Amino acid sequence: MYFDSVAAVLAMDGHGPYVWAAYGITLLVLAQLLLWPARRLKRLRRELRGEVRRREAVKTNSVETS
Amino acid sequence: MYFPGPSFERSETPSIIAAAMWTFFHKLGSPPWLYTISGQILRWLLPAALLALVVGMCWGLLFTAPDFRQGNSYRIIYIHVPAAVVALGGYYIMAIAGAISLIWKMKMADIAMLAAAPVGAALTFIALVTGSIWGKPTWGTWWVWDARITSMLILLFLYLGVMALYEAYDNKVAASRACAVLALVGTVNIPIIYKSVDWWYSLHQPASIKFTGGSTIDPSMLYPLLLCIVAFYALFACALMANMRVTILDRERRTGWVRRLVEES
Amino acid sequence: MHPVRRQRLWVVLSIVIFSTAAIGLVVYALRGNINLFYPPIEVASGAAPLDTPIRVGGMVVDGSVKRADDSLEVSFMVTDYQATVPVVYTGILPDLFAEGEGVVASGRLDASGTLQADEVLAKHDENYMPPEVAEALENSAAKGVTP
Repeated sequence: MYFDSVAAVLAMDGHGPYVWAAYGITLLVLAQLLLWPARRLKRLRRELRGEVRRREAVKTNSVETS
Repeated sequence: MYFPGPSFERSETPSIIAAAMWTFFHKLGSPPWLYTISGQILRWLLPAALLALVVGMCWGLLFTAPDFRQGNSYRIIYIHVPAAVVALGGYYIMAIAGAISLIWKMKMADIAMLAAAPVGAALTFIALVTGSIWGKPTWGTWWVWDARITSMLILLFLYLGVMALYEAYDNKVAASRACAVLALVGTVNIPIIYKSVDWWYSLHQPASIKFTGGSTIDPSMLYPLLLCIVAFYALFACALMANMRVTILDRERRTGWVRRLVEES
Repeated sequence: MHPVRRQRLWVVLSIVIFSTAAIGLVVYALRGNINLFYPPIEVASGAAPLDTPIRVGGMVVDGSVKRADDSLEVSFMVTDYQATVPVVYTGILPDLFAEGEGVVASGRLDASGTLQADEVLAKHDENYMPPEVAEALENSAAKGVTP
């Protein structure tokens, strides 16, 4: 470890705000980059499951009525 | 088995390697195969990429010595350089996928091109923002219209342009074709970005990592940087595959394999 | 390869080649304007215009930095080892500004050939190393040993 204390890590000899802002923005963007497709996949899978259920409901209905 | 990908004529010179290559290429064109294999790859690649990122960042932030001139502000290099390198590399992937989609009308190449655009845009954005934040304490300015920085901004607009162009068309076949042409035209920008600091007088310094000759960055600082570059490349691959999986499932929603997949889950 | 695909391949190649040629020519025509700054040799030879906003970049000459006692005015010389340009600037200099280091000053050239700067940016090089390594290099250089 190069730094002596947590305070020194945060301050980085006055460059702390720059360094931490850069890392913070990067992690935020990277997290969005990975969460966005995960959220879309979840939504799409829910939608497709709904479609399958509806189709099965139609099938059983048509069996009952015939 | 259902293989809706394009059919490839057989090579005139039958060799085992060529045959294996065509089989692989053919498989790449198959949505169910690509969906399954990318799911299996993601399961180990994503944790590995995140681990490499955390280790690389902590190494660079906490365990390396500060730079003799810039002090601690140089630690931004561990995200700035990987983001910029992968943003450039990602453009090649997008343009090559666009070329394959234009020539062979391969649907999966088309999906790969469209999946690469938002990932590349995000990485270019990271490179620009971290560069700006780094510029303030070292150069004394947030922004300067220097050849390197301006050509990186053009790269961001190219990625955003591909995304916007696809949305602008109702006919998605024509949209992909237009996007592929834009991506191909934009490849001109990549060597300009690479060489901008050598061709013109710019504020941005030349590259520190050199493939030929010695790098001008101390080995103790180079190793965490290389680890971060590997981590960013792996994250690019993960985000690319994750985006592709959503589009594959969406476009193939009427097919039997997607129905079976949904029913099984 | 299938003739249709071969034709498409040529279309793709010609898109890349022609756009490269077009953009290459534009960049070549604009090459002077893409430079962020003038090196001192071009200022000395009269290539840089007088009394228009320009940037001059180079190394700060050792021992040339003179600070005023009562204001933030600083004067220094910028060199590319072929010519030197005097620069006058009032304001706060970036942290990395130092003698023997790179700098880009923007402002206007006056009739005497002095750059009246309104902004001074530090230009650093591509060398990164820990302070101890830099010190060791300096010591060995002082002893006349080339690394």
